[in-house]
Amino acid sequence: MDRFAHKRGKLVPLPSDSLVPERDLNSAPVLETRHLGIEFGGLKAVDDFNLTIGKTEIAGLIGPNGAGKTTVFNLLTKVYQPTKGTILINGTDTHGMSTAHVNRIGVARTFQNIRLFNNLTVEENVKLGLHNHIKYGMAGGILRLPNYWKQEKIAHDKAMELLSIFDMEHLANHKAGSLPYGAQRRLEIVRALGTNPSLLLLDEPAAGMNPSETVDLMENIIKIRDTFQIAIMLIEHDMNLVMGICEGICVLNFGKVIAKGSPEDIQSNPVVIEAYLGKKKEGE
Amino acid sequence: MRKLKTTTKIDFATYIGVIIAFVVITVLMNGGMLTRSFSGMLVPICCSIVMAVSLNLTVGILGELSLGHAGFVSVGAFSGVIASQSLVNAVESEPVRLLIAIVVGAICAAIAGILIGIPVLRLRGDYLAIVTLAFGEIIKDLINCLIVGVDSKGLHVLFNAKGTLTVQDLNLKEGGSVIIKGAQGATGIKTISTFTAGFILVMVALIVVLNLTRSRSGRAIMALRDNRIAAESVGINVTKYKLMAFVTSAALAGAAGALYGLNYSSLVSSTFNFNMSIEILLMVVFGGLGNIWGSVIAAAAIKLLPEMLRALADYRMLIYAIILILVMIAINNPTIKGLLGKILPKKKGDEIDG
Ligand SMILES: Nc1ncnc2c1ncn2[C@@H]1O[C@H](COP(=O)(O)OP(=O)(O)O)[C@@H](O)[C@H]1O
Ligand SMILES: [Mg+2]
Repeated sequence: MDRFAHKRGKLVPLPSDSLVPERDLNSAPVLETRHLGIEFGGLKAVDDFNLTIGKTEIAGLIGPNGAGKTTVFNLLTKVYQPTKGTILINGTDTHGMSTAHVNRIGVARTFQNIRLFNNLTVEENVKLGLHNHIKYGMAGGILRLPNYWKQEKIAHDKAMELLSIFDMEHLANHKAGSLPYGAQRRLEIVRALGTNPSLLLLDEPAAGMNPSETVDLMENIIKIRDTFQIAIMLIEHDMNLVMGICEGICVLNFGKVIAKGSPEDIQSNPVVIEAYLGKKKEGE
Repeated sequence: MRKLKTTTKIDFATYIGVIIAFVVITVLMNGGMLTRSFSGMLVPICCSIVMAVSLNLTVGILGELSLGHAGFVSVGAFSGVIASQSLVNAVESEPVRLLIAIVVGAICAAIAGILIGIPVLRLRGDYLAIVTLAFGEIIKDLINCLIVGVDSKGLHVLFNAKGTLTVQDLNLKEGGSVIIKGAQGATGIKTISTFTAGFILVMVALIVVLNLTRSRSGRAIMALRDNRIAAESVGINVTKYKLMAFVTSAALAGAAGALYGLNYSSLVSSTFNFNMSIEILLMVVFGGLGNIWGSVIAAAAIKLLPEMLRALADYRMLIYAIILILVMIAINNPTIKGLLGKILPKKKGDEIDG
């Protein structure tokens, strides 16, 4: 057992970890990580990762392929249990929590390799996002008690409302697996929003999208932040998207944070430029 | 009027089809137009339908392979027979006694399901297949050790682990009767199962499984099948819903077992062997994984076909073996899964890659 978990929860946040320090000084940040790390058989995939994200902030996580970005998301959502460090979500230490538990306290995500419930319809996928907000049990469902009809109606309306963010209502009865690539990515975002998160993690949301789809996506990400008043952290290789909508950016390389700051700072940071150019040379 | 969903229509068609089949067969039976051997198969066919529909909940809807469904049927059959036989004098009405037996059979099988499910369903990977296979074999030996009798003082149960005990050791009072005689199984059973009861049980099983599938809980179960990691990421409790599907499946199998057991005057545990488990699995695979009406038709067909084409019976074991191997490959091999992707529901989401 980690006897000091409760003490770490009371640590005063270091301002230097905040991407946008001036935001929400009085309220607890949505996300705080302290010395977060994980090793895979000796390889430090993520090492000493410190980051603070304020409420309603849009943050970017960038870095070359294999830098550890997806691993950070897997740590935050407890797909992997960290081998080092602490994660605080809205001030709550997530030590020992499961993926499902972390979702219930406010973290939702999408996946780099799309993970939809392919054999279920688009509407069912969104209703699964709403799962913990639909209130009836197994018996109610089998016996179709009045509450079943009432709750399913509410869930249906809510699902349609969420789908309308991306104008996807007309796809409600299609199988999720049969949707085109871009629509699948958007559906994953809708499903994640259904869980009513305070922090939404998007893993390469624009991957495979054409430029006009990407522009729409940028507008929608801002719209989602404004409507739902949530923090969004995204991993993305499309620099127009990252520089266009992120208020703060964190750059990873070989599992370590090599730079943090505003888009302008990052663009002119020599360490970042070298990391990217160095990677390009290797690839050639 | 709101447009009905496709799934709603399919469910309705399934219920109506079963009701029509029941009415037609009943009319033919009352008109004396059915052969004896066919009439004798009606209850076993109903039992097989319930077994197949319930196994489909585990294999098709939850996406976990179970190779010991007959074990749950067996638990239901023997507990149902014990319940019915010990209430012969107390409960005069046969339908009421049958109902009690079916409920007891379902509860006992559900308990067996919980005992197996809690440790095994927490594990990731295809452990359920191995453990249910072992369960199906072990339960036969356990029941072979049972000596059960009833008298005015109530139920007497002996567990004959060393093989030294006999019926005499029950020390039954005057007027008492033996229900299970160890390896000889249950004898002197008052057969109270009827086709009508079988029809009602099929309808109940259909309503339970179909309504569950269309509900919040059923969606969670199918989400685990389609992509476990994504299901967890939207806050779904994996163990809870796996257990819910598996235990419901076991309970329905137990109910079918009780009906089956009370259809014959004697019953031995070796009836519920690996072959029976595989036969039920065959019904599920032929009917289509996750396809409930498919299971109904496949169960009836597989029970009736050997009767109609007796010559085929010789090859049944060969067909079982081939199908079993195909099922294993289909469930575990990504390439073949991809090829069969159009026919079978996909199971992925256990590999962590982002
Ligand atoms: N489950 C795992 N086991 C071993 N190594 C892993 C595992 N997951 C990720 N890694 C390694 O961690 C590093 C970072 O991977 P990842 O986070 O996917 O990078 P990216 O920044 O491209 O998203 C890679 O070297 C990868 O091989
Ligand atoms: Mg990645």
